[in-house]
Amino acid sequence: MNVLESAPFSPEEIASQGIKPNEYEEIVTRLGRHPNKAELGMFGVMWSEHCCYKNSRPLLSQFPTTGPRVLVGPGENAGVVDMGDGIRLAFKIESHNHPSAVEPFQGAATGVGGILRDIFTMGARPIAVLNSLRFGNLDDARTKRLFQGVVAGISHYGNCVGVATVGGEVYFDPAYSGNPLVNAMAMGLMETDEIVKSGAKGIGNPVLYVGSTTGRDGMGGASFASAELSKESIDDRPAVQVGDPFLEKSLIEACLEAFKTGAVVAAQDMGAAGLTCSTAEMAAKGGVGILLDLDKIPARETGMVPYEYLLSESQERMLFVAEKGREQELIDIFHRWELQAVVAGEVLAEPIVRIMFQGAVAAEVPALALSDDTPIYKRDLMASPPPYATEAWAWTEDQLPACDVQGIAGQTWNQVMTTLLDTPTIASKRWVYSQYDHQVQNNTVIFPGGADAAVVRVRPQANATSATDFTLPATEIGVAATTDCNPRYVYLNPLEGAKMAVAEAARNLSCVGAEPIAVTDNLNFGSPEKPIGYWQLANACAGIAEACREFATPVTGGNVSLYNETLDAEGNPQPIYPTPVIGMVGRVENIRKVVGQAWAEAGDRIYLLGLPPGVVSPALTLGASEYLAQCHGTIAGQPPQVDFDLERRVQAVCRHGIQEGWIKSAHDSSEGGLALAIAESCIAAGRGATITLEAGEARLDHLLFAEGGARILVSVRDGAAWEAYARAELGDRARFIGTVGDLGAPLTIATGTQILVNLPVEQMAHTWGTAIERRLQ
Amino acid sequence: MKFGVVVFPGSNCDRDMAWVTQGLLGQTTRMVWHEESDISDIDVMVVPGGFSYGDYLRCGAIARFSPVMKATIDHANRGKPVLGVCNGFQVLTEVGLLPGALMRNRDLHFICDRASLKVENNSSIWTREYQSGQVITVPIAHGEGCYYAEPDVIQQLEDQGQVLFRYCNPQGDANQGSNPNGSLNNIAGIRNQQGNVPRHDAPPRARRRRSHWGHRWFGGV
Repeated sequence: MNVLESAPFSPEEIASQGIKPNEYEEIVTRLGRHPNKAELGMFGVMWSEHCCYKNSRPLLSQFPTTGPRVLVGPGENAGVVDMGDGIRLAFKIESHNHPSAVEPFQGAATGVGGILRDIFTMGARPIAVLNSLRFGNLDDARTKRLFQGVVAGISHYGNCVGVATVGGEVYFDPAYSGNPLVNAMAMGLMETDEIVKSGAKGIGNPVLYVGSTTGRDGMGGASFASAELSKESIDDRPAVQVGDPFLEKSLIEACLEAFKTGAVVAAQDMGAAGLTCSTAEMAAKGGVGILLDLDKIPARETGMVPYEYLLSESQERMLFVAEKGREQELIDIFHRWELQAVVAGEVLAEPIVRIMFQGAVAAEVPALALSDDTPIYKRDLMASPPPYATEAWAWTEDQLPACDVQGIAGQTWNQVMTTLLDTPTIASKRWVYSQYDHQVQNNTVIFPGGADAAVVRVRPQANATSATDFTLPATEIGVAATTDCNPRYVYLNPLEGAKMAVAEAARNLSCVGAEPIAVTDNLNFGSPEKPIGYWQLANACAGIAEACREFATPVTGGNVSLYNETLDAEGNPQPIYPTPVIGMVGRVENIRKVVGQAWAEAGDRIYLLGLPPGVVSPALTLGASEYLAQCHGTIAGQPPQVDFDLERRVQAVCRHGIQEGWIKSAHDSSEGGLALAIAESCIAAGRGATITLEAGEARLDHLLFAEGGARILVSVRDGAAWEAYARAELGDRARFIGTVGDLGAPLTIATGTQILVNLPVEQMAHTWGTAIERRLQ
Repeated sequence: MKFGVVVFPGSNCDRDMAWVTQGLLGQTTRMVWHEESDISDIDVMVVPGGFSYGDYLRCGAIARFSPVMKATIDHANRGKPVLGVCNGFQVLTEVGLLPGALMRNRDLHFICDRASLKVENNSSIWTREYQSGQVITVPIAHGEGCYYAEPDVIQQLEDQGQVLFRYCNPQGDANQGSNPNGSLNNIAGIRNQQGNVPRHDAPPRARRRRSHWGHRWFGGV
């Protein structure tokens, strides 16, 4: 007899837990019986993509994950790298896309809370947060609401919990109208001698529940996060959790204090799938079992049933395994911080998760079945690229209208520049970051908007409630961080686009003088069950793997968010652009030597590193460019190809030039190409520049706005030493292109004797500086 | 000189403050838990910034009932210095050590930025290493930084030289354009009548001032 027919659940009930018919049969095989309602719910959340990566695991396995600096790679709550001088950095990125689409404020706020818990669960004090955000077109009323809600949510949580929000990125594109992306990356400094792991150990050791209470909020959030969004998703609002940053702040202090006692054997935060996930993962990782008594769990509501306890995603909760006999010591710490702490179970020898409720067994499942031995789907890659891609690749620059020194299609180059400066994706994000506390903890070396990457001073933190030592550290090491992904590149060519995301992240770190160290990735994609969706995912993963090898930046962990699709009114799924966000951290040898993107002084000489002006190549193109999209309404062409050798050489030269003190400013050329990079350095400084570019064989719009080419724009004071060094290392891949002007001087870009662009910096600054605010009014 | 830095649940600038008092100024510093009531060893009490008790009910409204604040009031009444920064200032107005209140910023958004402040009065212990009229730049970070008091109270603050700092532009002009949060009379820092209790900052978290370069933060204390 068919297993499904004999099931005590209707097919609809099974489907409502996010379980497919063949998966139900698997569950019955593993249990040797039908599950009860609570167990079905546990499988539903644990077998979701969000928790078990059933679609992406085979693809993730190709990432390089080891290196001399990697202390903890994928599999724990966060990666940990050795920064030198005894400083260990924990970092990780995570998405909260679906909750933010339904309830932007709480969705984004709890996204920040969740990623912070991943950091301090390891024994690290969170020191900084970055956010990678994607929204629809800012002219749309719903997008405005989502955008404002997400920013307010991040601001609310991050500011209150006292962790500086130091950087990130914001893109606007219609591809994200119904399904914004909210990815948060956090970094922390290890405070405990031992890195706290999550595998349960020691048969008979008590299991402690600590933090906040459990309620019905966020029920089944993990399954919700792994389904497509529809108009009815708004009814899923109970699946969105509510965060309390005040409790989280106390939880940080209490946890770090608890870890320092040495009485905590293992720790796991409760994120997606709450109690179910934390018990199953701790048991499976330790090769043991866990017994959990739901009657001991502090509840904030009455009448909750096991299904609700097990699937609740109430925030600010953790599970510990404690050393037997020392539990009271830990409980006292949490009580002092006015937090819950109870012994709620114990470690079992038998590798099962056993849930007790009102004296009886409410659920009993092999731990491995929930967290390790989960379904894996290997899908077949399309034999040839999908038609949307091949059609786009057929585009060439010849299809653009002719242009000359006056401009293009009736627009002067000044007007084209202004249009691009007014594009929200390119424009200043000041409206966003001025609402984030980017200074708290007093370690922010470069403020948001000041450079291509955030730089934070690292200094060991003291324990605020016991003996203090706030003497200044000898180390001048800093950590630089960035998040990057140009999703249009990835959409048009997932392999090249993903490679470029890694290359750009490494370039951004190099622009502040930091050596790239390691990566955390957030794969935001559509449905992998569709051939095109899987083609995008598989190629992007291959690109990340290749690029991370090339840059020697191993992946230490990350997050996968699939099914990012919005159903339109006709019920057709509209996938987002495939968006593999790369979070990269780098090491700054000396925080006194970092540079920003603003020109420093009049007379400084401006050099372009990378492919020189006038070159036309697959590595430097208008294909997939911001100029093509904004000024011609065309999404087509091949994105620029990454030249790993040139990227590495250019980045190394930039870092060395900064270290030597020759380079006074550095800024990479990305969206908008060289002309926009120059304009941004002018705006940041309030200074003009006089630039001359040789057009060579290139069209003038290519000369100004082509993207790619491993390019970094630097300004240099000590000409001779730099000149000799750059010549030796890069040859003609380092070109002198102009001179920094005075405060208030205009920007002029000429080719030969013809002036293409001549704009007052104040005017550019106004357009660029107010583009987002104006659209919100 | 010994500093005490209060730690409430939710304080998040307590360490930042200690980095200044101990790390930069080289003064002995003790973190004081909010349940403590004996602070007789402390010379200067500092109520730091952050979100004490999550800003529930109203900023500083719950912190005022803590044992450490009762002790801090006694400390102030004995003429010893007390400094409140940001949330700490809100607490000091709640306990009545300073007049007025802090309300939601004029544009209702949290603001994190650098602001110019004009030193209005350098005769206090808190400002005496500045020149009167000097323009300084401090970091600000607050959602409720709009200083408000009844007109007669404002008048008294002005008449008695209790205004220590005013928001201004880099040229030193205090006007609406240089007022980030709507504070009355651009007030950014005040002291009590006796001069031992300043609220430093309309939440300008002055201590954050680029201390990583080792600059002095704030003279006189």
